[in-house]
Amino acid sequence: MQERLVERAKELLADGTVVRVLGWKQGDLGYNPEPAYFNSPEELKDFVYDGFCGANLSKYLIQAGKLEGNTLVFLKPCDTYSFHQLIKEHRVKREKTYIIGVGCKGTLDVEKIKSAGIKGIEKISQEGETLKMETLYGEKELPFAEALLERCTVCKGKTHQVYDELIGAQEGEEAGPVGNRFEMVEKLEAMSPKERFAFWQEELSRCIRCNACRNVCPACSCLKCVFDGNQFDSAQKANADTFEEQMFHIIRAFHVAGRCTDCGECSRVCPQGIPLHLLNRKFIKDINTFYGDYQAGEDTDSRAPLTNFTFEDVEPSVVGERGQS
Amino acid sequence: MSECTCGGNHGLDLLIPLIGVITDIRTETPDVKTFRVVGRDGKKLFEHMPGQCAMVSVPGVGEAMFSITSSPTNKEFQEFSIKRCGSLTDYLHGMSVGEEITVRGPYGNAFPVETALKGQNLLFIAGGIGLAPLRSVINYVLDNRENYGTVEILYGSRSADDLVQLEEIQQVWCKTEGVDVYLTIDREQEGWDGHVGFVPSYLKELEFSTDKTVLVCGPPIMIKFVLAALMEMGFQKTQVYTTLELRMKCGIGKCGRCNIGSKYVCKDGPVFRCDEIDELPPEY
Amino acid sequence: MYKIEKSHLSELLAAIAAKEDLFVPQKTGSQTNYGLWTQETQADLSTLKTVKSGKDCFFPQSEVLYRCRKEEGKLVIDPEELKNQPFVVFGMRACDVQGLKVLDNVFLKDPVDSFYAARREHGTVVALACHQPEETCFCKVFGIDAANPAADVAAWIVGEELYWKPLTQKGENLTELVRELLVETEEEAVEKEKQEIHAVIERLPYSHLDLSRFTPERTMELFDSPLWEEMYQPCLACGTCTFVCPTCQCYDIKDFHTGEGVERYRCWDSCMYSDFTMMAHGNMRTSQMQRFRQRFMHKLVYYPANNEGMFSCVGCGRCVSKCPASLNIVKVIKKLGGEAQ
Repeated sequence: MQERLVERAKELLADGTVVRVLGWKQGDLGYNPEPAYFNSPEELKDFVYDGFCGANLSKYLIQAGKLEGNTLVFLKPCDTYSFHQLIKEHRVKREKTYIIGVGCKGTLDVEKIKSAGIKGIEKISQEGETLKMETLYGEKELPFAEALLERCTVCKGKTHQVYDELIGAQEGEEAGPVGNRFEMVEKLEAMSPKERFAFWQEELSRCIRCNACRNVCPACSCLKCVFDGNQFDSAQKANADTFEEQMFHIIRAFHVAGRCTDCGECSRVCPQGIPLHLLNRKFIKDINTFYGDYQAGEDTDSRAPLTNFTFEDVEPSVVGERGQS
Repeated sequence: MSECTCGGNHGLDLLIPLIGVITDIRTETPDVKTFRVVGRDGKKLFEHMPGQCAMVSVPGVGEAMFSITSSPTNKEFQEFSIKRCGSLTDYLHGMSVGEEITVRGPYGNAFPVETALKGQNLLFIAGGIGLAPLRSVINYVLDNRENYGTVEILYGSRSADDLVQLEEIQQVWCKTEGVDVYLTIDREQEGWDGHVGFVPSYLKELEFSTDKTVLVCGPPIMIKFVLAALMEMGFQKTQVYTTLELRMKCGIGKCGRCNIGSKYVCKDGPVFRCDEIDELPPEY
Repeated sequence: MYKIEKSHLSELLAAIAAKEDLFVPQKTGSQTNYGLWTQETQADLSTLKTVKSGKDCFFPQSEVLYRCRKEEGKLVIDPEELKNQPFVVFGMRACDVQGLKVLDNVFLKDPVDSFYAARREHGTVVALACHQPEETCFCKVFGIDAANPAADVAAWIVGEELYWKPLTQKGENLTELVRELLVETEEEAVEKEKQEIHAVIERLPYSHLDLSRFTPERTMELFDSPLWEEMYQPCLACGTCTFVCPTCQCYDIKDFHTGEGVERYRCWDSCMYSDFTMMAHGNMRTSQMQRFRQRFMHKLVYYPANNEGMFSCVGCGRCVSKCPASLNIVKVIKKLGGEAQ
């Protein structure tokens, strides 16, 4: 598929449809491609599309929309939800973006490969449902499914929400069997408040306030984040006490509630492996329960449940009722 | 616990400040006030050299670097001329005599008043609040008059109301023998019969001879055009000193934010000779 | 040289912890970081790289400098007490130990940072040789020997044994403290382990980067390189690289309102953040390209210019594995001409 993407990109550059291509550039370790702009057919020799191209390029399109000329971007199915949501929020320019929806078989998490005890990776290849690793310490194998990013184990589906053309994907294609994405949320809900607090305390105590979750998040598109303000005691880079890291993540989760498409980038980039997506999923689950199933990024014109009022809306008292259960 | 071997032999860290008492506040211009500060014992907080800076802070509000505008020859107090432009300076402007602030320093190098500048004819060029660091040198030179040649001061501001230290300029500097003062303001103003025009163009009009060492401080854009004018007039960059300002947190070359290339403004500066700046990446 | 059976490791750690605070790598959730050892702690010595290096045992991410309050209109300043009790950091790697030397050049140079100095003085480092170096490692480029960590005590885990060799007076003192748990031994097994480590290091993909182009004389040439504009593009402007780096030392000083007064604390800062150089009257680095360039110029050019050519990178590879956009100092070195020939 990679060759087809490069060919098509070259055509679109040549016929002037776009002046640049936003994709992924081959890394030097077999698993570390980086998001990149390609401005000429020659530069596309470094283009790569494989299982490690997990980065959701929608976020970069906020900036790309401000550049001169049109941008070609490759979006995986789940990335298109983010782009759609950004259209709704007037953060990206649809007319300046040419979207090729690319097929996706799931993206991989090198951390999972490493935590399976596979060290010194020199080369990774896929044979059927198995990943083969050549390492400094011999050849290793891991089932493909065991190396998937968490978000891919609960894939939202293979359908692109927005695109100009598709390559390697089919409209309406079904995702394979996936898990229940609310499973862990349900487990957390079942915990006693004390247990739940302890769970989050342990996870969030590792936070180093690097802001990677915020900066990668397509829903975090504020020009100036409240946490970058100097007036505020919880400024961006330190926890004066343990309460603050919780504040940062909880405030962020509230702010993206109803807008988060569950793209999972926050958890993918967290250097400390904090399952941040669980905070967002809790909101998603509650929104589904109270307002009916809702998937942010599925359309560009509906009113989101949290910014809309209907007479059928749940009464605020539900909070108190649930608290007693 | 096993015994510690250091014997508690660590002094107070340099990041721990002294307490200063504000003993006088002069309103210089609509947005500049000069604060006089001494220790609680009524004495000067520390000794410094002209061009050095200190970190002034109001706990809970902020801490920032300011140049010490008083001369080291003053044995009683330190003064800071502070322009209101951010949250800390805003707060300082609302303070009154008798209130306490914290001060730590002095930091940075100084103008080479005891070495390179000695015996030289001096030309001071300042714009707006940029007079603050130069005032320290000017008064140091005037108090050690025999060590220096001619003294000329070119000072300009947006308007007559924005000239800092006007009283001292008129009452002391203008009346001191061998000192020539040239004032200018950007635009015509009622009641002003002095020169009107930007500092760099006035500088060219004045046609100074090049047998001088020049000390410049002012807004970056002024410094840029003053430098160009000086070069045009035949000065060498080695004859020109300026003082820079970047964001600082520690003041001792460790917090890492005031660097220009491998130089730290708080430690290797703030005073640089202009040919030294040329060798640094243009990030200031 | 001494040794102790791996199965008795917890007794060794308990013996140290009985006398001094002990910091060991430990896993919480999916990641390993240094933490204070307690009876319940399961030390994780098999993870090669902790997320944060042991740096924060000496230069914590955030620490109070002094507390300030007002009493009858007068300011009262209570400086935070300096570290005055000995402690041990167990399990650092050769690169992290070198990272401390990079910090020493900043904090112990006149004027000395007494908070850091006190911790350095009271801290004893037991460093582990890297049994299985990883593909992200490139300490060799900086002349660091992962098989011979230059700490107070060097340790090797070979098979079912932990080998222990004091290298400094502090190391001798610590050895004395746990002497009855250790048995004297020959160095043979360790020598073999060292050879194996060295053999792997030769084969690491980044072991032969060429840093000869990065000299202070080339400051302007490197600074002006048009390649920065291309390299910075994917950068998300987060602080991950900075905060996992064992040599990043920039800090901010901020106030925290406690209700009774103010705690003035310092915390790690990142040159990648947009407010890093923000002043009341403007910002000297307005673009992410400038901020990105600053970080790498500092590590590869500015710091060496001030420290006899020593680089402010130890090749630990944390940024290589942690950058959300897969950028890192290796890519920068290669792009600017440091690809091994």
